[in-house]
Amino acid sequence: MSEQKKFMFVNRKAPYGTIYALESLEVVLITAAFDQDVSLVFVDDGVYQLKRGMQTKGIETKNFSPTYRALDGYDVEKLYVERESLQARGLTEGDLLVDVEVLSSAEMAALMAAQDVVLSF
Amino acid sequence: MLHIVNKSHTERGALASCLRLAQDGATLLLTEDGIYAATAGAADASGIAAARTRLKVCVLQPDVEARGMAGKLIDGLTAVDYAGFVDLVAEHPTNQSWL
Repeated sequence: MSEQKKFMFVNRKAPYGTIYALESLEVVLITAAFDQDVSLVFVDDGVYQLKRGMQTKGIETKNFSPTYRALDGYDVEKLYVERESLQARGLTEGDLLVDVEVLSSAEMAALMAAQDVVLSF
Repeated sequence: MLHIVNKSHTERGALASCLRLAQDGATLLLTEDGIYAATAGAADASGIAAARTRLKVCVLQPDVEARGMAGKLIDGLTAVDYAGFVDLVAEHPTNQSWL
């Protein structure tokens, strides 16, 4: 296996209204299969992707949110959420369906700057 | 007039434009990512908290539930299902979907 690179996936869109959130998750799983160092970050409306209690039967769409809880099975364990984005939406860490590390904007910026590859969704 | 907004208020300017141009007494239906504007913690910034006093603000309940926001809506809204959506369109002689 060639050397590992640090991949960051930046999620900024709400789920279901567009296909971005689901597509990001697909690419994350592919990247993890290649044994890379993967981080997922959730900023702006991306924090809505992790809201607990989604019931999608009414919109006849697959609820893909349980997949976030399965990511550690693929050695994807670095999930980061920007505190300012949560606060702006009236959400707290307790509203999220998976354990994350909550970072300030400045901490998020530093983490972003330390990556080899950044992919934006 | 029935106004329909299906985009997030933090992602696009559709809701802000709608609220600026909707007359008192009009009906606003929030669908898809539009529903986040009616949740506690967001409704002040989105303008929905203020708008509900002059507009009839409705939310499409299946879209609220899909996004896990059923417990987060502010008071003073009307929840509708798909049949209610059809009724709103039928009741109003004109409607505008803000893209």
